[in-house]
Amino acid sequence: MHLQLAWRNIWRNPKRTAVIMTAIIIGVWSMIFLGALMRGISEGMVRNGISTLTGHIQVHHRGYRNDPVIENSMTDPEVVETALRETLPDGAQWTSRVRVNAVASNARHTAGVTFVGIDPAHEAGISFIGKAVTEGRYLRDDDKNGIVVGRALVDKFETGLGRKIIMMSQDTDREVASRAFRIVGIFKAEMQATEKQFVFVTKEAAQHMLKLKNGISEMSVILPDQKEVRHAADNVSAALPSADYEVQTWRELLPLITAILNIYDGFMYIWFVVVFIAMGFGIVNTTLMAVFERIREFGLFKSLGMKPMWIIREVLAESFFILLIGTTIGNILSFLSVFALSGNGIDLSALASGLEYAGMSRIIYPAIYSHDVIIANLVVFILGLLVSVYPAVKAARFTPVEALTHA
Amino acid sequence: MNIVECTDVKKTYQQGKIVVTALGGVSLSIQKGGFVALAGPSGSGKTTLLNIIGGLDSADSGRVTVNGSTLDTMNQSELASLRLHNIGFIFQAYNLIPVLSALENVEFVMLLQGVPLAERRERAKNILDDVGLEDTYDRRPAELSGGQQQRVAVARAIVSDPAIVLADEPTANLDSKTGEGLLEMMKQMNEKKKVTFIFSTHDKMVMDYARRLVLIKDGLVAGDEIRDGG
Repeated sequence: MHLQLAWRNIWRNPKRTAVIMTAIIIGVWSMIFLGALMRGISEGMVRNGISTLTGHIQVHHRGYRNDPVIENSMTDPEVVETALRETLPDGAQWTSRVRVNAVASNARHTAGVTFVGIDPAHEAGISFIGKAVTEGRYLRDDDKNGIVVGRALVDKFETGLGRKIIMMSQDTDREVASRAFRIVGIFKAEMQATEKQFVFVTKEAAQHMLKLKNGISEMSVILPDQKEVRHAADNVSAALPSADYEVQTWRELLPLITAILNIYDGFMYIWFVVVFIAMGFGIVNTTLMAVFERIREFGLFKSLGMKPMWIIREVLAESFFILLIGTTIGNILSFLSVFALSGNGIDLSALASGLEYAGMSRIIYPAIYSHDVIIANLVVFILGLLVSVYPAVKAARFTPVEALTHA
Repeated sequence: MNIVECTDVKKTYQQGKIVVTALGGVSLSIQKGGFVALAGPSGSGKTTLLNIIGGLDSADSGRVTVNGSTLDTMNQSELASLRLHNIGFIFQAYNLIPVLSALENVEFVMLLQGVPLAERRERAKNILDDVGLEDTYDRRPAELSGGQQQRVAVARAIVSDPAIVLADEPTANLDSKTGEGLLEMMKQMNEKKKVTFIFSTHDKMVMDYARRLVLIKDGLVAGDEIRDGG
């Protein structure tokens, strides 16, 4: 009957209950839904970062990350391949690349680019380029002169499919190496900067141009489970001579994104607290009003023999019901909102240049993380009950006589 | 055997800057099974005395013993326990719980006592039948007349067989016919169950029903009339 009493009491003033419940619903909805949006943004950033030639793990010659010059290439890729084969879990994929800074030019334009030599078949399963070619075709293993360039670079160079582009970089003899390639494919990427930055040829063509023989700049790995990244990187690192190689995870390779993710995490929990503070005042206010309206009744409870602790329990039970209904509806609404956006996402193309600067995708797909939902609900529920203790104690402290004679 | 013993009980209230003496040193003993009226004009101190006997208020000095327990040494929780197991209250304004039905209001005290559902339901129904409210089990207080509400309050006060029932002006809000019916009912309960009833009143009808009439005036016992059987 205690719960029955609490349940009926919250409906004595339906308008007031509806107002505070609405505040809780909006609060919970905003916590979970905005949290899902932020997770969606960060997932998109990580996805973009990883697929833009980063992968989950990369292996380089020691010193390459600080000074990515041709001299810091790995001359014996077989050592790395063996280490990867022996240490990585089933389902892991990897590919080798030649990556150097270069100058691209045609008759009218010149631009600094990243010249990437890839293994077309392996690369397709690792990075974005396998599915990004929208005009022409993707590279073939036997493409000696073919090059794939980004749509933005094509526009900038006022060129097109079948036209030539000259690549110039430093070879292993420290001489300027240059070679003409014919555009066989044009790719589109999530970010325009990617389209301007990268040009792709076959690994053999790049090695030949740069006189690298079998040398490569990096080995990029994709794991079946992103949670295993740290463990796998440690295993690979242990299997390679540390004097010659360095193994890094995407978090180390993309420090800006890692920093942004950490900021997002902190910001989200600050948001939870801000929402709760606003909500908490509402809960305290409503519960206090409900208590002061029923002072005589609490006096009656006491005169009938109800102990102070039981009165506290009674008031908390009322808050419990309001919080339970509010959080349940808030959860349902937030899940429905996320579900409604799961198909097409939120298209922020109009803000594309600003988003690119931050490394964000043009379309945000909200992503619900179970621990965010649990934390949001616990924050509302536990803190909601905690702030209700104050009015509950107030109710329990009235002496029976002052309560019964309260006007 | 005395169920209530008050020895030199004093109580003052602060009203603004003025100190008002509600009880100036009341000494009174009430025997088990009594049907006692504390009578006197408004402000005489009778309700204050009733509240102190019920542990709802505390005396400034003096000693109050109820059913063997000395109230001035008990804390709030112990007083609550004493009220729960030994004292039934009937108030002038009925004071029923508005969101509970008549049956649930009667059950409420037994719920606090931890009486199992089936037993408390049966006892609540029996007592409501005894006070003539067999058709009102499911009605909430707002759906009952004043007389019916006060009957529910009486049923709630006696359902758990308390040693003593304290009634503060129980007939004040009732018409004389309803009031008389209620008094007759309480008298029967007193005779049948041997429950001690103590009323505070200035209603002559209540005074006439009482087997002992204690007159309170200016916070002191001004008269004590024991009638047949008191």
